[in-house]
Amino acid sequence: MRLAALLALALALPAVAEERVTGFEQMSEDLQAMQNDPVANPGLFWIADGETLWSEDPGTGADSCKGCHGDASDSMAGVAASYPAWDEESGRPVDLAGRINLCRTRHQDAEPFERVSDELLSLAAYLTHQSKGMPITPDDDPRTDPWRERGEDLFARRIGQLNLSCAQCHDRLAGGHLGSALIPQAHPTGYPQYRLEWETMGSLARRFDNCIFGVRAEPYEAGSEDYVSLELYLKSRAAGLTIESPAIRP
Amino acid sequence: MSALVNIPETAAPGEIVDIKVLLQHPMETGFRTGPDGKLVPRNIIHSLRCLYLSEEVFAAELFPAVTANPFFAFTLVAETTGEVEILWADDAGEEQRQSQTLTVG
Amino acid sequence: MKATRRQAIAMGLAMPLALRVRPAQATPETMQAAIDAFTGGAAVTEGGVELKIPALVENGNSVPLSVSAESPMTDEDHVEEIAIFNEVNPLPDTVRFHFTPRSGRATAQTRIRLNGTQHVTAIARKSDGTFHSAQVNVIVTAPACRES
Repeated sequence: MRLAALLALALALPAVAEERVTGFEQMSEDLQAMQNDPVANPGLFWIADGETLWSEDPGTGADSCKGCHGDASDSMAGVAASYPAWDEESGRPVDLAGRINLCRTRHQDAEPFERVSDELLSLAAYLTHQSKGMPITPDDDPRTDPWRERGEDLFARRIGQLNLSCAQCHDRLAGGHLGSALIPQAHPTGYPQYRLEWETMGSLARRFDNCIFGVRAEPYEAGSEDYVSLELYLKSRAAGLTIESPAIRP
Repeated sequence: MSALVNIPETAAPGEIVDIKVLLQHPMETGFRTGPDGKLVPRNIIHSLRCLYLSEEVFAAELFPAVTANPFFAFTLVAETTGEVEILWADDAGEEQRQSQTLTVG
Repeated sequence: MKATRRQAIAMGLAMPLALRVRPAQATPETMQAAIDAFTGGAAVTEGGVELKIPALVENGNSVPLSVSAESPMTDEDHVEEIAIFNEVNPLPDTVRFHFTPRSGRATAQTRIRLNGTQHVTAIARKSDGTFHSAQVNVIVTAPACRES
């Protein structure tokens, strides 16, 4: 009887995971090896493309990224680890892809990249890769706090025809299974990452789209206030965990 | 189509050397429908060859069952110093080659 | 109990995606036909070939495969080819490796797509014209070719 009571209690309580576990730790040894092998991780193709874009003349008479920022391994180490970050000029937090596009329009007189494009994905991956092995350190500007709270609300809000929230799966049922897939705790340590499901590299926004589509709701726009808020919340929830990009995930 | 190729720089005569190749390619199967509901035409890398001292030492024939961004690992026997060439070709007619010198001694 | 019901509903969301219209599949029979075409109907001896695929894979889009055949790899006695066949994908042919004595070993690794739980067979053709085989059963938990 006591066991039954305990079980009932366990089911009733929102079982917020006490110990944080990343998707990497939940993968098979084989996939972990694939991620760590510099000749087996296809995400490295996007890193290489990003490095090319970093040094490429934007064709507007302005400097390349490298022309202003120098060697990314120096200037960009740890930068992606604190994104999304506050942008003075627009008075809101922006994600890393948003920052790259602001750089293009403000400093390079160039058109922003399409939000869903290989160029933006590659540059974001290259920059995030410069923080590989470093801990996630959320932007501590207090002006980001209300946005983070908005993200937390979104995470807990039931949406879609299935009337499910992010938290119902990724907090309460994390470690369990959806169909045959393991439900992760949703710590965004590996983005941009190579998903075997996609057979290509993808952004955190693409992952959001997948989940939201999955519960039969309408996805938000990449870079929208909603997605940036959600990312702010997830990054603070994952503070201190190590950046892995380019990660491999099933 | 770029590639990551891992060939050791040096080897002893008679040593069996590990080669690893990762190719950037969508490996479109020809069985998948696109957003317009029509089949996306097949475009896969159909062959991979490894030449050493200008002769083929290993080759692979690929079918749509090989993953996107295909990975291969195989071996060859070091003989004398010379080029190790990796050649691959896809259905769209693109042919690529990457080579590296293997110093044997 | 509520959680259980929701889990059931949530599982429902993965299922319709998996039930997509698929092209004609390979079957154990078509796999056998492809093997017969490869061997020319010659006898195949089981053994002498090692086929390594994890018994349980997380995503059928990328299944690590390692194959090797016992051989001295001399001019007189070597493995010329190893062909891999599957029984559930649209085509039974999967990948083929061509070896020479200068390969040093009849061994290769790659990654393949498997559209569901199935047997995978490796057939090695030796320079003396004999054929040797190995077969494994692979459980694919998330089938490949599923739109997400």
